[in-house]
Amino acid sequence: MSKRNMILRTRFIDRACHWTVVISFFLVALSGLGLFFPTLHWLTATFGTPQMGRILHPFFGVLIFVLLMVMFLRFVRHNIPDRQDVPWVKGIVEVLKGNEHKVADVGKYNAGQKMMFWAIMCLIVVLVVTGIIIWRPYLAAYFPITVIRWSLLIHAVAAIVLIHAILIHVYMAFWVKGSITGMIEGKVSRRWARKHHPRWYREVEAAEKKAVE
Amino acid sequence: MSMQSQDILQRSATNSLTPPPQARDFQAEVAKLIDVSICIGCKGCQVACAEWNDIRDDVGHCTGVYDNPMELSAKSWTVMRFSETMQQGKLAWLIRKDGCMHCADPGCLKACPSAGAIVQYANGIVDFQSEHCIGCGYCIAGCPFNVPRLNPDDNRVYKCTLCVDRVRVGQEPACVKTCPTGAIQFGSKKEMLSMAEARVAQLKKRGYVHAGLYNPEGVGGTHVMYVLHHADKPGLYHHLPVDPKIATPVNVWKGVLKPLSATGLIVTLAALLYHYVGIGPNKETDNEEENDHE
Repeated sequence: MSKRNMILRTRFIDRACHWTVVISFFLVALSGLGLFFPTLHWLTATFGTPQMGRILHPFFGVLIFVLLMVMFLRFVRHNIPDRQDVPWVKGIVEVLKGNEHKVADVGKYNAGQKMMFWAIMCLIVVLVVTGIIIWRPYLAAYFPITVIRWSLLIHAVAAIVLIHAILIHVYMAFWVKGSITGMIEGKVSRRWARKHHPRWYREVEAAEKKAVE
Repeated sequence: MSMQSQDILQRSATNSLTPPPQARDFQAEVAKLIDVSICIGCKGCQVACAEWNDIRDDVGHCTGVYDNPMELSAKSWTVMRFSETMQQGKLAWLIRKDGCMHCADPGCLKACPSAGAIVQYANGIVDFQSEHCIGCGYCIAGCPFNVPRLNPDDNRVYKCTLCVDRVRVGQEPACVKTCPTGAIQFGSKKEMLSMAEARVAQLKKRGYVHAGLYNPEGVGGTHVMYVLHHADKPGLYHHLPVDPKIATPVNVWKGVLKPLSATGLIVTLAALLYHYVGIGPNKETDNEEENDHE
């Protein structure tokens, strides 16, 4: 496929943020699972030793939060739910069968991606707030023990929900061929755009036409 | 291989399918009985504890009350708590030796995420194995008695060991050994229960109608028990909890949430796998468009 047929979907700054978050999330989620499931205790060695895991987990968590806030600002305008998301949600069964293009005229992001966006953003806020409350040795001592106990529970629940969400996110990227390349190299093919994000593609085409004129 | 006890009933972050070595479990449950009614607040137990365990806390400041140090710490495993209260219109100066209660159902052990960092021996003693401690402080949240303390120097949590090293060789804990009034007794839990019964009867005869034993059921009973002259109001003794138990969020977090999460993750992974195997990849061209050149 010639370069001419590729269009920019994700800019460098967004890709850089995304992949830094991916690597950090991998480390933080695995060490967190190691703390949560006794049988997976060995995963606390993700950061070297269990002690190092305990020390670094929150710092990397804060890094993820900061990067996600940058991504929030850069992506939020594409992720506002609108009326065009309704057919996608109603046709979810067809979407999952791979017939998304037959039921919805998808813009830059589809309804599922928008839900993923808001889920990730809400959960990271919950995780950073509860994480600060339970952060030893630096911050936990400033909070009452009852608040710490509830934060430990909410932190674990939010993390488990987020891990579910990310598993689905990763799978969708793998399932919809061309998406991962799009996030690594930033460009997707015109055919990819026309099939998966037709409304967005028309906008891109219109902008190109305008630029030529 | 270091000397091993092989009598570990419970071990933190350890699956019940893989119990710790516990064959040498033919042991009497031990208990420390603290009779607050004959404690004179001399703090001999604090000193004996520091001496036997080789810990020396920073010298504190006089804050206008007898409490010194003011708090338990990683280097003060027991402290005397002095409470000035009014009982029947008269001053009652209540003194309680605070420290780990060695619960039968220890919240610290339940909360601990580090395999083997907290163990409970067959004699009931709950002990921190500090080389496995990762300093997360979950045990602090798990404890209903506010006992474990994080040491800022090495980021590990410490508390009373009930002098497990002394008990192991047939001696009483250092605090018991040193107590000049006999307010702290040590022996099998059974002996201590009957001793407590006699003490409570005596106190009742002296007019303390609410005298009683503090051995809270909410944590399965404790291996440090108090004889209280006002057992109906344990809160008088520097906020001793009336009905201590492991907090609900800790129970949910360390209980039902784990199988629920494991099921959720497995179901999700299976669904994704079968989706791919069943539906196949979502390519940018459908097969019928394959030859559709532009």
